Amino acid sequence: MNKYKPFIGLEIHIELKTSCKMFCQCSSYYFEKDPNTQVCPVCLGLPGALPVPNKKAIEWTILIGKALNCRINYFSKFDRKHYFYPDLPKGYQISQYDDPIAVNGWVEIIDKNLISNPSTKKIFRIRRVHLEEDTGKLIHSKNGTLIDFNRSGVPLVEIVTEPDFDNSEDVKKFLEELQVIIRYLNVSDADMEKGTMRMEPNISILVQESNFKINNQNRPSKKLPNYKVEIKNINSFRFVKHAIDYEIKRQIEILKEGKLPIQETRGFDEKKGITYSQRKKEEAADYRYFPEPDIPPLVFSQDYINSINLPELPLEKIKRYINSFGIRFDEAFILTRDINLANYFEKIISKFKTEASKLNLKINNPNQIIANYIVNKKISCKLSVDDFINKLIENLKPKEFDKKLLEEIINKVLKNNQKAVLDYKKGKTNAIMFLVGQVIKEIKGKAEAKIIKENIEKMIKE
Amino acid sequence: MLLGKSLVEISKLIENRYISNKEVIDYFLKRINKYNSKINAYLTINADYKFDNLYKSILPIAVKDNFCTQGIKTTAASKVLENFIPPYESTVTKRLLDASFFILGKTNMDAWAHGSSTETSDFGPTKNPWDFLRSPGGSSGGSAAVVSSYLAPAAIGSETAGSIRQPAAWSGVIGLKPTYGRVSRYGLIAMASSLDCPGPLTLTTEDAAFILKIIAGKDKFDATSSNDRVPDYVSNLKNKKKFIIGVTDEYLNGINDDFRSAFYQLVNILEKMGHKIKKINLLSPKYSISVYTIIQRAEVCSNLARYDGIRYGNNRSFFGSEAKRRIMLGTYVLSYGYYDSYYKKAQKVRTLIIEDFKRVFKEVDMILAPTTPIASLKLGEFEKYPFFGEMMDVLNEPAAIAGICAISFPFGLTKKDNLPIGLQLMGRWFEEENILNLTFQIEKETDFLGVIKKGVNNYPD
Repeated sequence: MNKYKPFIGLEIHIELKTSCKMFCQCSSYYFEKDPNTQVCPVCLGLPGALPVPNKKAIEWTILIGKALNCRINYFSKFDRKHYFYPDLPKGYQISQYDDPIAVNGWVEIIDKNLISNPSTKKIFRIRRVHLEEDTGKLIHSKNGTLIDFNRSGVPLVEIVTEPDFDNSEDVKKFLEELQVIIRYLNVSDADMEKGTMRMEPNISILVQESNFKINNQNRPSKKLPNYKVEIKNINSFRFVKHAIDYEIKRQIEILKEGKLPIQETRGFDEKKGITYSQRKKEEAADYRYFPEPDIPPLVFSQDYINSINLPELPLEKIKRYINSFGIRFDEAFILTRDINLANYFEKIISKFKTEASKLNLKINNPNQIIANYIVNKKISCKLSVDDFINKLIENLKPKEFDKKLLEEIINKVLKNNQKAVLDYKKGKTNAIMFLVGQVIKEIKGKAEAKIIKENIEKMIKE
Repeated sequence: MLLGKSLVEISKLIENRYISNKEVIDYFLKRINKYNSKINAYLTINADYKFDNLYKSILPIAVKDNFCTQGIKTTAASKVLENFIPPYESTVTKRLLDASFFILGKTNMDAWAHGSSTETSDFGPTKNPWDFLRSPGGSSGGSAAVVSSYLAPAAIGSETAGSIRQPAAWSGVIGLKPTYGRVSRYGLIAMASSLDCPGPLTLTTEDAAFILKIIAGKDKFDATSSNDRVPDYVSNLKNKKKFIIGVTDEYLNGINDDFRSAFYQLVNILEKMGHKIKKINLLSPKYSISVYTIIQRAEVCSNLARYDGIRYGNNRSFFGSEAKRRIMLGTYVLSYGYYDSYYKKAQKVRTLIIEDFKRVFKEVDMILAPTTPIASLKLGEFEKYPFFGEMMDVLNEPAAIAGICAISFPFGLTKKDNLPIGLQLMGRWFEEENILNLTFQIEKETDFLGVIKKGVNNYPD
């Protein structure tokens, strides 16, 4: 029995792919651009420059909030968060403090059981979704450190969860789910390697009394532990698991010794697979938040919020695939992970229907068959929809085979397996399946079992 | 021929080919050369001009050194920005350049606009053209001094709480603080962002209206700039409107006797002109001092955070003691645990002050008051009082806190020292046309008791 109960909350940053930066007209596409070529007085924080918020970025943040089942605040504002770092040209980051754009949402992890047994569904709560600006980038070299401000001012959405996780596997699944949702919304590439999706887990562990009970939703029914450790520099889903697992183990060991882990920020060393102390929380900055005076508060009407429409999200889509298309969970799940693949699939099934009826092709559950073809990569999904369908039809048409050849082979098989023929004649009907198998082997799958069986029966009778 | 001519007059002279624009610019550069070393009003002089068409109306203007001017050094009178040449143009100067203005130079000020005397300038104080032993006021002291001594026919200043009106009053010129949001702050080196307002300092009401018309209006680079319509302030001067003018004892407490008699003299004149004077009750301006001190310091410490020593050459050790004091106080009021009791509370009181003005502006069109409690002080007296500026600006801070528009104009001289006395009109939000209209009527009726002309004539060609 586990005495140690981890509490894990996440802070996730998503860089939006708006064409302009958050507060100026510079291009927000900085990847592999020459340093300091996508900059202006505003994102360089020059004296006198002023931020003007990007409407699209605000709209997309509302969209993300809606997709994560949040409440959108009617009143929101930007705040200044102060700290000194060379990549932060104004000495403060324009962020949101006490009036974020969206609050109180949740994300459901899509799981096979969810269809058969909805009571097992896993839900993780979202505390808030807010909008801020990204910082510049430090480039360290032998000759010193250089600053590239191309990334400075790119819109960044921060998503904060409640500490609802207790294991790294759920965290990984959640992040994957979140990534799929963000990509469905088409507001970010949400790529961990490229840094357009970043995440920092907060981990702490509660030592439980043996009779301590928690409810099935992983909600703390008692107070949270009075410390937490934040982990930074994790840049792939794989490392998320490593870092959290390592950290849980590390903290439990400290607790076993009767000590309390220190509240701190730790980095993750992906080569060694360990976390290491970066900054103790006691030394942490007081951010001196106050409302950004350069930007008037944001006031959203219900009509405006309603006008921002969500696309069909993965959870709804998977349910539709299962219920309306009649395909199995496994294939539906894979197909709906990628919105492009899902769209491709839907185009194929609708077009296939018309093509098949033209050819008088009768196939049971074609949707499932098409799903199988795509998922098992029997036909490449790099093909155009038309090419895919042509290839599919070729595969599904009844095989033309050489009747004469089949007869020859059946004759040969019957001659070589006299005993089975006799058994069949005596009434052991099962024996025929053995003969069918032999024929299939000889003919190398060029005829369907059903036809072979009919032919054998006919020939034995003769 | 040119001495004391307003912008509008100079423009006509050029257009009618009485004088070329080159002669005009040369005239001012010559005067600057003659007098600036005595007054120390310009920090940078811009002699770099080239005009193809000599009779195109090109108007000279001085600009406070906290407006970014592309290619012209901009220091905010601080050594931290000693070598800063902006790569971009502020909206105010951009609009002036687009309207064929020529920037004669950048004027001295209190460093970062922190002060009311120009003594916190890292490049030495500006002298009051009326008396070199005295301060021209501040922070736009250089801008007030160049207009008063006619080293420029007009100047751009900026006001956070008094920094246009107070130096205008002490130097004997007109200073207009527009409504917050009326003029774009883009490119104005921020002091307190929720209060900063650019505005003109001029010799005539017409010039103030003329410049405001050019620099006012929505700017896509300033999210706090207003969409409110920009009226033709100049043509609006012509019809003599009748106003209800509020006066309150709260603004007369502890002011100098000369100021008091100037105030009542004008009250009498206004009544004779057919305006209605009405006694009103306003919150004491002392509340505005507390609110202003907290909000301004908080925003200052935030706005100065970018001068971290990585860019702009000089590091934080180049900050003067006033900037350091403000950074420390601002940091304190925003610190965790203190935010609610200081900054948040100050914002609540600010709302009350705004409501107070809204109430009063239902009864009156504008409010008349002295601009300052006393006339110009001697240089050096300021160091004795760390909150000197707040005391000097007590009559300016309520309007700044509320964001309303106000204009200061000279009205006589003190008996003993012959120093300018300034009175002000405070108007409703975005009703600059009304305070300009009445100031214009006062100018026509009284010529500001000759103060402006006397100031200019102190500096013959």
